[in-house]
Amino acid sequence: MAGIWVVADTNADGSLARIGAEVATLARTLAKAASADATGIVVGADPTGAATELATYLPRVIAVTDAAAADHAWAAIAAQRAAEVIDATGPTLVLTGAGPDGRDVAGTLMALLDGGVLVNATGVKWDGGEIVEMSVFGGRLVTTSHFVEGTAVRIITLRPNVVTAEAGASPGRVEGVTPKGELTLPAVKVVDRIEEASAAAPIEEARVIVAGGRGVGGTEGFELVGQIAEALGGAVGATRAAVDSGWIPYAQQIGQTGKIVKPRLYLALGISGAIQHKVGMQTAETVIAVNRDPDAPIADFADMIVIGDLFEVGKALLAQLKAKSG
Amino acid sequence: MRIVVLTKPVPDPAAAAERLGPDNRLDRAASPAVINGNDEYVLEAALKLVEAHGGEVVLLSMAPATGPETMRKGLAMGAHRGVHVTDPALAGSDAWTTARVLAAALGEMEYDLVLAGFDTSDGTAGVVGAGVATLLKLPYLSSAAQIEPDPKAGTVRVRRISATGFDVLEAPMPALIVGTQLLGEPRYPSLKGIMGARSKEIATRSIADLGLDATGVGIAASRTEVASKRTPPQRGDAIVVRGSAEEAATAIVDLLTERRLL
Repeated sequence: MAGIWVVADTNADGSLARIGAEVATLARTLAKAASADATGIVVGADPTGAATELATYLPRVIAVTDAAAADHAWAAIAAQRAAEVIDATGPTLVLTGAGPDGRDVAGTLMALLDGGVLVNATGVKWDGGEIVEMSVFGGRLVTTSHFVEGTAVRIITLRPNVVTAEAGASPGRVEGVTPKGELTLPAVKVVDRIEEASAAAPIEEARVIVAGGRGVGGTEGFELVGQIAEALGGAVGATRAAVDSGWIPYAQQIGQTGKIVKPRLYLALGISGAIQHKVGMQTAETVIAVNRDPDAPIADFADMIVIGDLFEVGKALLAQLKAKSG
Repeated sequence: MRIVVLTKPVPDPAAAAERLGPDNRLDRAASPAVINGNDEYVLEAALKLVEAHGGEVVLLSMAPATGPETMRKGLAMGAHRGVHVTDPALAGSDAWTTARVLAAALGEMEYDLVLAGFDTSDGTAGVVGAGVATLLKLPYLSSAAQIEPDPKAGTVRVRRISATGFDVLEAPMPALIVGTQLLGEPRYPSLKGIMGARSKEIATRSIADLGLDATGVGIAASRTEVASKRTPPQRGDAIVVRGSAEEAATAIVDLLTERRLL
């Protein structure tokens, strides 16, 4: 086989994204099972930091320096540069994250390398070939898929929190590469980057998430949500309704149009549990809901549902948590 | 402005009856078909742009023979006409084939913008837009929360959702934009719109019309295959807690302690 390749996601500051480390760990595991080589690819204006970090997970990392990545949309550039270094003679596995950047990379690579794509994997194993697990139809069905024989380039995007990132036995080597030629796809200019004020911890990485929905009622309500999250050492999440109301930034949105999370604890305050929200959090290990409505859909996929006023219960919970830790 | 909106008929997610058939392919007969929800958001954005700048909104869909039935809703919302690519050979097409077919259809259309929804509720891949843009070498602007064309300058600006806020992207038109639900709620068709939709034109194109080869599309060309399916394990019945806030808080703390979450 022509190897297992990782197109690594990076953060805005150029460091390796956690999903990048998770995908790299998966690639290393698969490479061992398939007796193949695993190679990481980092594309950026200054890829060195992320590449060095990625090399703790993979035996070989290619760092492609492309100055255009500094002020242009990243995915199309990353996909083109990755396509230049990937051995596409096949069978070739290309892994990336299932976030907005990863899906753009996957879709672009699909067209550049004439490849097949399986997205949003919730697990990938190797048993003579790739076995890709996916959750479909809003979580009502789990499927396993593979690429049909003769598919040279096999692109898979992996959901966050499916794999636990673990460094390899020894750090790999980093090879610096300069781009082979002009970009053939139009580079889209980034004319401004707007940071949304959000003191909240990133939800994709959180072990505990305290999330609020329409029932939280406003920004003041989210202060209580934030206090409970802090007491539990977790992050604040929200439903689309809460984000649309402007109570909390989009970065905290969980669900179909937000982020897919998989924390150990999901405490849902004033969240009814509409299907669009459910798909973002249903794989949380423990789900506790506080809701006035005993018939709210979330009761069907929670471990505990507390029927009551979220402010009264929330304040009492906060007091008990503080008393416990104090 | 001429805007093409990519739309796809999907099993109605509200019916929650989507299933795979014995051949492990989507059983389209099991659920009523509707326009993919995320496509309605970009259609709404397209309609608002044309209301502001003038022009035309065209729906483009690769769909089974029943495609026009679902396309009518988009026409009722205000799209001017539709193009329906349909062919028995297309059944079972994967994302890559879909992208190639849509790119071929766009090859014979004129447009300033092509808009696509974030993903579809049945496949959830969200890669067709990037594939089409790559094939046509169009500027690709994704995860759009806001779309602002400048027809005089011939450029378009998009607010793209980033991990920490927004990136403002700018590209010359024509361009392909993948939108999110942050673009704003789609309108409901008015009675007048529903009546008017019946007489709007839906052109039909076969793969031969588009100059494509039947052996390169459909199941025969699909790169992926579902090998097995299972129903995920259900959570046990939820513990239901009623009582005072104090009692409820104690019950939560007890569960957290029991599961070593504190």
